[in-house]
Amino acid sequence: MTESDVTREGLRGVRPGSHAHPGRNAGPWRRRRRGERPMVPPAEFTSYYGKPVINRPVWSSPDIPGYLFLGGLAGASSLLGAGAQLTGRPSLARTAKAGAFGAGCLSMVALVHDLGRPARFANMLRVLKVSSPMSVGSWLLSGYVPAAGVAAACALTGRFPLIGAAATGGAALLGPPVAAYTAALISDTAVPAWHDGYPEMPFVFAGSAATAAGGLGLLGTSLLAASPAEAVPARNLGLFGACLELAAAARMTRRIGMVAEPYHSGRGGAYMKAGEVLAVLGVAGSLAGAAGPPLSSAGQRFAGAQSLGRLLSGPRGRVVTAVSGAALLAASAATRWGIFHAGMASADDPKYTVVPQRERLARRVA
Amino acid sequence: MTSLLDMLTADGDPASAGGYADHPPRMGFFTDTSVCIGCKACEVACKEWNHVPEDGLNLTGMSYDNSAGLGAGTWRHVAFIERSVASGGRPPQTPPSTGGSIPPYPPGGDEPPEPALDIRWLMASDVCKHCTHAACLDVCPTGSLFRTEFGTVVVQEDICNGCGYCVPACPYGVIDRREDDGRVWKCTLCYDRLGAGMEPACAKACPTDSIQFGPLDELRERAARRVGQLHESGVAAARLYGEDPADGVGGDGAFFLLLDEPEVYGLPPDPVVTTTDLPAMWRRAGAAAGTLAAGAVAAFAVAALGRRR
Ligand code: SF4
Ligand code: SF4
Repeated sequence: MTESDVTREGLRGVRPGSHAHPGRNAGPWRRRRRGERPMVPPAEFTSYYGKPVINRPVWSSPDIPGYLFLGGLAGASSLLGAGAQLTGRPSLARTAKAGAFGAGCLSMVALVHDLGRPARFANMLRVLKVSSPMSVGSWLLSGYVPAAGVAAACALTGRFPLIGAAATGGAALLGPPVAAYTAALISDTAVPAWHDGYPEMPFVFAGSAATAAGGLGLLGTSLLAASPAEAVPARNLGLFGACLELAAAARMTRRIGMVAEPYHSGRGGAYMKAGEVLAVLGVAGSLAGAAGPPLSSAGQRFAGAQSLGRLLSGPRGRVVTAVSGAALLAASAATRWGIFHAGMASADDPKYTVVPQRERLARRVA
Repeated sequence: MTSLLDMLTADGDPASAGGYADHPPRMGFFTDTSVCIGCKACEVACKEWNHVPEDGLNLTGMSYDNSAGLGAGTWRHVAFIERSVASGGRPPQTPPSTGGSIPPYPPGGDEPPEPALDIRWLMASDVCKHCTHAACLDVCPTGSLFRTEFGTVVVQEDICNGCGYCVPACPYGVIDRREDDGRVWKCTLCYDRLGAGMEPACAKACPTDSIQFGPLDELRERAARRVGQLHESGVAAARLYGEDPADGVGGDGAFFLLLDEPEVYGLPPDPVVTTTDLPAMWRRAGAAAGTLAAGAVAAFAVAALGRRR
């Protein structure tokens, strides 16, 4: 054995090349020419004993899907809170601002809890790297959460209205980026179902964030508000969010072809389906709770449902509104869990890494 | 920030892009799998030199490969691929001359012999590719992963907070988090040994020179010669993997000579650094954030209209 010495100045010594000829005497590949390769249908692929090509994300549930969901809920709620303050809807403003701060804090907790070394969380703010969505997001959150906290504190205590207004404005400005950056975060990986969906993923996330904030607004106002009119913007936002979320997800899964399979099957598929159903129910319920006839008669038609009937007999169906709000919140969460598990499944199966890359190579040759 | 700059300067000199004004040549590995005998000396040398802890003494049952893949506890991984291949187009094997006393095989003599089966056994020692555009380094939020003066990619274990972002970012499935420790680990290309003017432990231990270490330019020339030599001697399947500076990761600092398709060895056939699409991702995220804000404004505007009616 010889050794090539590497020094800071460069290389010393030379290593001989290797001169063995494994194919000279034997080996089936020796005579293999291109034309002799068996034609394989496009879905077939080779792998190393079925082992995944990429390493599975070490992120775990509920931390990371929870972090995605709560970040969205917080960001969009700050918008709702600012709008409610501007348009004189105090109960909606209190709900949205308190919800934004609570969700923002919990989302940070989830992120820190998922770290391998939680005590080193502060290292996130050691540098700012535009090439790392997690770095950008950490800086965003470190500006956003204090603003949301001050906004919530002022709204709940009714003190320092000017500071509260400034903090509300700041949180509303940072809210949308807080809701959207997590899409870039998961897309900026080699996980096929996440990366390939990057053009639509931020819109799924923005929609899901609006769905959640609308849901929380409906839930809060149905319990607290003096006038049901306070719930209207929350209902509109929930409707907008659900439509955006479902449309963007449908477009994404249609476009990415076979890589979308984990969004339709297994755990990811089940969560995505649940998200769709809950979103539709939540939207329908919120519209019914707002505009429908008093629901007490419907409730009383069932024997033994008197108590339910009483609950529903409030003006414009407060309970229906509250349940719809909860359904919208659950819809948003289900979508995040679905996206999380679909990504995990796409990382675990080498098919989703190898087949699209093969197709890309074939396209380049053609 | 250096990594975005790094992405823009596609000249294959990552150390300069990383901010080293004056630096030694880019160092790397050329792993010539055609001479690998699967002895795993590299795996052992790596674990010993780097004090990589034991990470399970399991039998995978799939082949002689019991370390299964690269990870926090395996920085060199020797793949064993055992496949039986019907030898289409090869002349039937004539039974050896028996000298008259031993009856010819197959009995009966005139039946056509069964088509012979060839067992093809490929072995390859995999390692971190020390990519020119390294996704792990780009996405690391703490700056724990950094570019060395040799153009390699190394984790600073005293900074890593175990966020795990680098793990799914790597298109090759190299870097991984250690369960009990919480931080990520991978090949350092023996940064400590390089600094002392020595070659990495795996290359030092490799008995067949399957793992060759040196300045990347020189290795690329050597690899081109080697693949030409193999083609001349009829090994048409020999190909280089990761040596092309025009590929999706800007070329690998550790590249390979393979005897089959990359995916047979568990390597991605066309890896692309995920951050190539990051500018587009940020634009889409910005558009989505704007859409969300517009949706909120619309939610209040529609409510105001409804109220007035
Ligand atoms: S192979 Fe993976 S771990 Fe190694 S430098 Fe490239 S991206 Fe990083
Ligand atoms: S796990 Fe450590 S090395 Fe990997 S991205 Fe996070 S901080 Fe950086």
